[in-house]
Amino acid sequence: MKLLLVAEYRDGKALATSNELAAFAEKMGAESVMMMVGNEASLPGYAGTLYLADVAACGEYNPEVHKQLVLDVVGKENPDMIVFSHSSYGWDLAPRVACALKAAQISEVIAVEGGKLVMPACNAKLRRTIACSTAKTVVTLQAGAFSPAAPITAAPQVEKISTSATGKVEFGGYEAAPKTGVDLTKAEIIVSAGRGVGKPENVAVIAALAEALGGEYGASRPVVDNGWADHNRQVGTTGQTVSPKMYVACGISGAVQHLAGMKKSEFIVAINTDKDAPIGEVADVLVVADLMQFVPALTEKVKAL
Amino acid sequence: MGERLEEYSMKILVCIKQVPDMESKFKVAADGAWYDTSELAWRMNEYDEYAVEQAVQLREKEKDAELTVLTIGGDKAIEPLKKALAMGCDRAVHVVDNESFKKEPYQIAGIIAEFAKDKGFDIVFTGMQSQDRGSAQVGILVAEMLGIPSISTIVGFAYAGGAIEVKRELEGGVKAKVSAKLPALVTCQLGLNTPRYPTLPNIMKAKKKPLDTLAVADLLKVDARQSTEKMFFPEKKGGGMILEGDVPALVDKLIAILKEKTSVLK
Repeated sequence: MKLLLVAEYRDGKALATSNELAAFAEKMGAESVMMMVGNEASLPGYAGTLYLADVAACGEYNPEVHKQLVLDVVGKENPDMIVFSHSSYGWDLAPRVACALKAAQISEVIAVEGGKLVMPACNAKLRRTIACSTAKTVVTLQAGAFSPAAPITAAPQVEKISTSATGKVEFGGYEAAPKTGVDLTKAEIIVSAGRGVGKPENVAVIAALAEALGGEYGASRPVVDNGWADHNRQVGTTGQTVSPKMYVACGISGAVQHLAGMKKSEFIVAINTDKDAPIGEVADVLVVADLMQFVPALTEKVKAL
Repeated sequence: MGERLEEYSMKILVCIKQVPDMESKFKVAADGAWYDTSELAWRMNEYDEYAVEQAVQLREKEKDAELTVLTIGGDKAIEPLKKALAMGCDRAVHVVDNESFKKEPYQIAGIIAEFAKDKGFDIVFTGMQSQDRGSAQVGILVAEMLGIPSISTIVGFAYAGGAIEVKRELEGGVKAKVSAKLPALVTCQLGLNTPRYPTLPNIMKAKKKPLDTLAVADLLKVDARQSTEKMFFPEKKGGGMILEGDVPALVDKLIAILKEKTSVLK
């Protein structure tokens, strides 16, 4: 089996997620080649051939052009699988490539079990294995699902590629993340509010526990999207990635994007009414209780210590 | 995208899906290849609520626009269509398919593209993914099939003079600014806007709006490329403790555990 690994480059840098693509190839026991739209000044660690297209000519976000480059490499290498990260770059480009190749796409692959690719379903509450009927398969990998024992430092053999394809959209640059007033990455204790808090005024109840514990309060995406907490409090893929001494997840079901931002915490307490919530997978302790009864009671006890 | 109708200056399509409420208690179906669809609470896919809201906002700004909402599903899928009409869509299309949950993203995209190909839609809105399948493929596939540009995962949207300017959400809170000329398709991320709640007068008004029913057999022209072999619950990681009981006892138990296993309580 042969894989084409599509590495990413953003804002002048090759992304370290290329390591995860290589780890997946190893897990599959497959040979591989890699490609990237980037620049020689920042190459991914990879022991093999790297097809490199010039980002200055091709653009960092230009799906039509990047699609053509992938198709060109597929034409040269005839891989069985084309592998992307399940990232804003990968999930945008993969379906375009799959459509052109008449290939099935398996999204957000989380594991390989008995040779079958496994993907999550229903907000990670369930898993499913997929059977494909196409000659080639396009795959995107969940962030962090596959990682090498150590970062790969080998220098790839670069082979330059280019295309005359033109784009249909215009990339107008990046907008930086809003400056954060709170640096959650420095907090030793984080108490986060999730959708389960139910209403905006209840976020204060969570914040009160954080204060009693001498920590900061955070929030999951739905709480931030609803405007109940500032974006700089958001923990997860699109917010901050934290690893405090203790993380208390209050009413957070545990979407993959949230778990990615906090699962490296030293000790995880989850408070949830749903015993089956995926947060239970990473929690050291899962307290099955109503938040608005349990949290104030805990806060009082902590204050009295 | 084919002949446009003369009477509207802008034709908008929004595609929605009915999904189980993710707080539901899931069970694996008897055939082991999907979740049991009985005894679940159902709702509009959360991402699609943002797509409908953005489409309605555009429709309100553009005079003589027409906004169509489409869904594929069984009889109960009429509920989210009614909600979308009450939120401000003009007409609804229900592609009736009692087996829609078995269809993979390529087939769903094929059905939508087959419906849309000769309608002259200027802009198509979809959610960036569904909450149950989570494939994040359908919207982009529809655009590829129709041969129009698509931009995924938008958290900002503006329209002016035949072009859209959007913001894509990237990792770590960074956004990419992207623009495209219409016709185009966008897939909507959570947080794009604040989806409205339908008001009672609008729910009443929605009852008079046109709702067309189409048979899926007339629109499905592509074969499946993949299927779910097995659906199952992830294995629970060992070591995690589950505490249940009265609140005061739970508080004491948790504090005892924290004192024993962590250094966070001083």
